[in-house]
Amino acid sequence: MSVSMKAKVRVFLKAGVLDVQGKAVEQALHGLGFAGVSEVRVGRLIDFDVAGTDPAKAKAEVEAMCHRLLANPVIESFEVEIV
Amino acid sequence: MTSIPVPGLAGALESGLKPEEYALIVQRLNREPNAVELGLFSVMWSEHCSYKSSRRHLRAFPTHGKVVIQGPGENAGVVDIGDGQACVFKMESHNHPSFIEPYQGAATGVGGIMRDVFTMGARPIALLNALRFGDPADPRTRRLVSGVVSGIGGYGNCVGVPTVGGEVNFHRGYNGNILVNAMCVGLAQTDRIFYSAAPGPNLPVVYFGSKTGRDGIHGATMASAEFDAESEAKRPTVQVGDPFAEKLLIEATLELMASGAVAAIQDMGAAGLTSSSVEMAGKGGVGLELNLDRVPQREAGMSAYEMMLSESQERMLAILVPGREADAQAIFTRWGLDAAVIGRTTETGRIVLTHGGEVVCDLPLAPLTEDAPLYDRPHTAPVLRPRLDVADLSPPADWGQTLLTLIASPDLASRRWIYEQYDRHVMADSLEESDTGADAAVVRVHGTTKAVALTCDCTPRYVAADPYQGGMQAVAEAWRNLCAVGATPLAITDNLNFGNPEKPEIMGQIVAAIAGMSQACRALDFPVVSGNVSLYNETDGEAIPPTPVVGGVGLLADAARRAGYGRLKPGQSLVLLGESRGEIGASLYLREILGREDGAPPPVDLEAERAAGVLVRDLIGAGLTACVHDLSDGGLAIAAVEMALASRVGLGLAAPEGVSALGYLFGEDQGRYLLACDDVEAVRARAAAAGVACAMVGEAGGERVRAAGLFDLPLDRLREAHESWLPAYMSGAAA
Repeated sequence: MSVSMKAKVRVFLKAGVLDVQGKAVEQALHGLGFAGVSEVRVGRLIDFDVAGTDPAKAKAEVEAMCHRLLANPVIESFEVEIV
Repeated sequence: MTSIPVPGLAGALESGLKPEEYALIVQRLNREPNAVELGLFSVMWSEHCSYKSSRRHLRAFPTHGKVVIQGPGENAGVVDIGDGQACVFKMESHNHPSFIEPYQGAATGVGGIMRDVFTMGARPIALLNALRFGDPADPRTRRLVSGVVSGIGGYGNCVGVPTVGGEVNFHRGYNGNILVNAMCVGLAQTDRIFYSAAPGPNLPVVYFGSKTGRDGIHGATMASAEFDAESEAKRPTVQVGDPFAEKLLIEATLELMASGAVAAIQDMGAAGLTSSSVEMAGKGGVGLELNLDRVPQREAGMSAYEMMLSESQERMLAILVPGREADAQAIFTRWGLDAAVIGRTTETGRIVLTHGGEVVCDLPLAPLTEDAPLYDRPHTAPVLRPRLDVADLSPPADWGQTLLTLIASPDLASRRWIYEQYDRHVMADSLEESDTGADAAVVRVHGTTKAVALTCDCTPRYVAADPYQGGMQAVAEAWRNLCAVGATPLAITDNLNFGNPEKPEIMGQIVAAIAGMSQACRALDFPVVSGNVSLYNETDGEAIPPTPVVGGVGLLADAARRAGYGRLKPGQSLVLLGESRGEIGASLYLREILGREDGAPPPVDLEAERAAGVLVRDLIGAGLTACVHDLSDGGLAIAAVEMALASRVGLGLAAPEGVSALGYLFGEDQGRYLLACDDVEAVRARAAAAGVACAMVGEAGGERVRAAGLFDLPLDRLREAHESWLPAYMSGAAA
């Protein structure tokens, strides 16, 4: 039986980078009458299994994936969680 | 000014200034500047804003002419197209940002150039792009092509302005520095052109558009510095564009202008609030007081330095007619834009900024603008290469295979994969665009029978071989492409992309290319009305090939009388206009087939160029031809294949007479056109009267492209070769 862990990667635009999607969602929420909403930021959650039993090793590997594919490190920051 | 630190010389060097420039600032101010003031100097004295290395040489350009309403020095150039209408256009580079973050870099490049055009009071009607990427085999190239193309499409398509044309080259010389040059063309009324000079003191200054965030701080200085391997890792915060905000900004700006509330206006481009405010006040000879607390801000706690240097997109600065603030605010509210009166013009000739209740900057404007450094950098004359004689080259063993290789080479392969990502038809006035088979895009002036013709051109391998001839050729080719669709060429914008001007050999390229361009512009009555200079395109000391791109605009009085190269009909005769000597130096054949990049480029004869262009327009106007293609990369063989493919009609070329087969098929002699006609004698007579060489070189018909005794290929096979390279490459096949 193969052993694996669950990786959760949260990717958000870096602070200071204009979040066009967040801005659009915020305006739409205001339009719908949710007046109290502010500072909307839209990111994404990527969820997958990684083989192995060493969480530290898996985390390092997933971070490498983020740098090379899952996130755009020029404008995005990411958080990796191994469960 | 107690709370703002004085960073001194060390801070100045860090922000890109030279020690002698800092000494000059201290001398002009009679004190050391604080951090905010130093920030203003560092961007205003950057190459990007001050043109300090190129300005002296740019004066050589002819900038006046009977159609010129506004030449260089404003946000965009303006030419008269009759009936009280004007065409407003400019080209600008976004090279460095596009290398770091290709999607957003290219997208904000498109947004920026559109703002330059609608700031003048024009509605943008068309976009073009001149792109240069590295060797397809370089591991970064594919990702850069993909990002840049989707960025251009993403922004242009969302804003609703068609992308109608452009050019793309690949060369290893761009491996570390791609070029993304975007051109925008707009239409305005000649009596409704808006300028940036502040008309007087005590006028309200209004900020409108998107909020200011910490994006792209020091973009202008980045655009003026060389890359090193580290800069990829440094990854400065790049600007992110919002095309929907841009669309609102276009509409609000044009409405504000129509309301009569605008006294002067300037977009916030490179160096954001700094360059827009300094330039408006500087040009108007007035002073300026701004309260930065009033600037709409996206993030809390922004410093005065950050606000002044932010390159957040989709923002404008306007000086209003006094008393019209409320009218303006009503327009901004209706379009959902942030806006605030952030200050006023003064009589002091100084720029005074307050933030948090204290003065954070108090500078005389002159040293920031007209007294900025101006360099006469040392330059050495380019080393020219000897002319290559085509007779010294042995002909290819298999002509057909050679043709297939060339038509599938990266610089000649179909650009369909690229232009299919662009909305080329929004606004419903695109008569000729990338897909229709024409040497220039043709966009109708809405509601009239007139149209503007648009093209952008440069052949970097000619400029590298001989910057003077190459500069001339770029102008001549733009002129030729406009003539080939039947348009009268009006004026150009330019985008001069070079390496580090502090190196005498690079400065030598710049000086010679400008001289060659100026010479051609004069001879062809084709003045320069706007432009942009992008220097320091170098990585680890390796400069790009010199790339002075020319964006040409022409006018068709009657859009129905135009030509393209997809209109070939069976039975028509093929006529070659212009002299053919078989110039093979610096040709595409030499590079792609023999792997050689040597030899002198084909010389440009401006008188012959003019005569041939005038003749072609005359033939199109007289209805003697509607199918014309200029001869450029790859010579006659490639022009003939492109004409056959676009028309879906085969053709046969006659055997060469008086020149070698190699020179005949692949020579790149300038000033030539291939055209199809029914009445050869009538064409011959007009050519003789015009003094232009004219030879019947073949006939249209069938489903093959043939050259007597040399090759005979089915159209399908040529099309397959032409169409498959780019999609295969982009899907991951080997370069």
